[in-house]
Amino acid sequence: MIGLEHYLTVAATLFVIGIFGLFLNRKNVIILLMSIELMLLAVNINLVAFSSYLGDLVGQVFTLFVLTVAAAEAAIGLAILVSFFRNRGTIAVEDVNVMKG
Amino acid sequence: MISADLNIILPEVILAIYAMVALVGAVYTGKDALAGPLTWLTAGVFVLLAAWIGLGGEGNQTAFGGMFNDDGFARFAKVTILLSAAAVLVMGKDYMARRDMLRFEYASLVSLAVVGMMMMVSAGNLMSLYMGLELQSLALYVVASLRRDSVKSTEAGMKYFVLGALSSGLLLYGSSLVYGFAGTTDFAGIIIAAGEGHTTLGLLFGLTFIACGLAFKVSAVPFHMWTPDVYEGAPTPITAFFATAPKVAAMALFARVVHDAFGGVVKDWQQIIALLSLLSMFLGAVAAIGQRDIKRLMAYSSIAHMGYALMGLAAGTAFGVQAMLIYMAIYVTMNIGTFAFILSMEKDGHPVTDIAALNMYSKRAPGKALAMLILLFSLAGVPPLVGFFGKFYVLRAAYDAGLAWLAIAGVIASVIGAFYYLRIVFFMYFGDEDAEGLDQGRNPVLMGFLMASAAVMLIGVVNLFGIETLAEAAALTLVN
Repeated sequence: MIGLEHYLTVAATLFVIGIFGLFLNRKNVIILLMSIELMLLAVNINLVAFSSYLGDLVGQVFTLFVLTVAAAEAAIGLAILVSFFRNRGTIAVEDVNVMKG
Repeated sequence: MISADLNIILPEVILAIYAMVALVGAVYTGKDALAGPLTWLTAGVFVLLAAWIGLGGEGNQTAFGGMFNDDGFARFAKVTILLSAAAVLVMGKDYMARRDMLRFEYASLVSLAVVGMMMMVSAGNLMSLYMGLELQSLALYVVASLRRDSVKSTEAGMKYFVLGALSSGLLLYGSSLVYGFAGTTDFAGIIIAAGEGHTTLGLLFGLTFIACGLAFKVSAVPFHMWTPDVYEGAPTPITAFFATAPKVAAMALFARVVHDAFGGVVKDWQQIIALLSLLSMFLGAVAAIGQRDIKRLMAYSSIAHMGYALMGLAAGTAFGVQAMLIYMAIYVTMNIGTFAFILSMEKDGHPVTDIAALNMYSKRAPGKALAMLILLFSLAGVPPLVGFFGKFYVLRAAYDAGLAWLAIAGVIASVIGAFYYLRIVFFMYFGDEDAEGLDQGRNPVLMGFLMASAAVMLIGVVNLFGIETLAEAAALTLVN
């Protein structure tokens, strides 16, 4: 029987993979965007699992909002990425270093 | 029913519609030729809305089943946000026009960001919190990379985007946990589920994730790493915007979440915020010492200032929230003046951000140098200027709440932090004689803002312009 805790474990694992993808990735900015998407989708699994467990629709409504915002976020991220590529000619993560920080 | 709800959020609806109409209208007519008038118009709309919200609103009202709160706290934050955004728009217009980067999207994006901020400070539900926060953040990512042909600006936008999205993810994960363990996303329901004293482990996890996400937005240490790069890379008028309105909104949202949703379990979040505050104050003070770029320096300065504002919040009392509101209002006023000065720093028509360029500035422009001196002293918290009173309130709030160690640490950090402000004063008054100086910029708008802000720092000593009682009334609507 698959219960709430299984869903929560999967979601937590995906979320952590997303965070590690953001910090350990040294190759490509597109992988950063994928990691961000992974984090948001992990949250969605969490919300839907809780919603089904609690018998309460609010979590699923929240999921729809998160999906919508995630789409807008990806669009803006790619737009910034394109204009960065035009200026710099590369999208490798180690080349995002004009300013030291 | 719905019309009563719409009536309560009318200012937000009007501003959102204005932003969209301005965007579409400009696309179909003059495009960038309209950007100048549109910037003025937007600033005018902000001021009118601020007057309407500040003078018209009364009582505590909620709309859409508790999703949206219109109370004194929200109104105080909204007036501060609207006025500072209007000031920054007007200040930056000339700078942007001369560098051919005044685009009509700028005013619309700032309007949309302001709508997001107004939603944030009024949020009464995790969903409206998230939507407001994202509306603000998405607009700000675009504004940061507004200068499409500059590597620095697009890189700033990219860094801001990636770290901002990470923080939204953390906040959202926390929200999902809070929803699961409280069974509701409504703040009114969460505060009942959280109980008194200490809360359950699940809600504590959720609260911690939410606090991490919000700490990113207020650029508190250890979530500050985007701030210096974004401040340096973004065009200066946009940096000025980042340093003012979004900080107020994020700080107000932080107060809203911890008091409205977790007001019963003060002890649980007090330590988190106290730690964020302590680290921010010290890192902001120490890391700014080595900076040569005045925009990077202002980034560290804002990190330190957020540390002090968080100290007020860490107190967990109504007086703490009042101190935080007073601190933020003073901080915004000081930053507007300082950025008016930074915007006027140029050599041969090119912007300069190296602080060495200020050598012996007092010889060439004594009036501006004196105004900047007052602002820097006020930023450092030297009595009897207004900046000192901001610090005094938060220190007293922390001390009253039994956080004497935090208050003492705050005093030490402010002494360390005074060094880099005073170094700029040193450059201006006792610097290298034969260094090449800046142009004699005489932009009347920037001069006006610089002088007005410096005058406020002096005259406000009398009674802080009555902001104390306003902030007290606002804080009492949040904490009861």
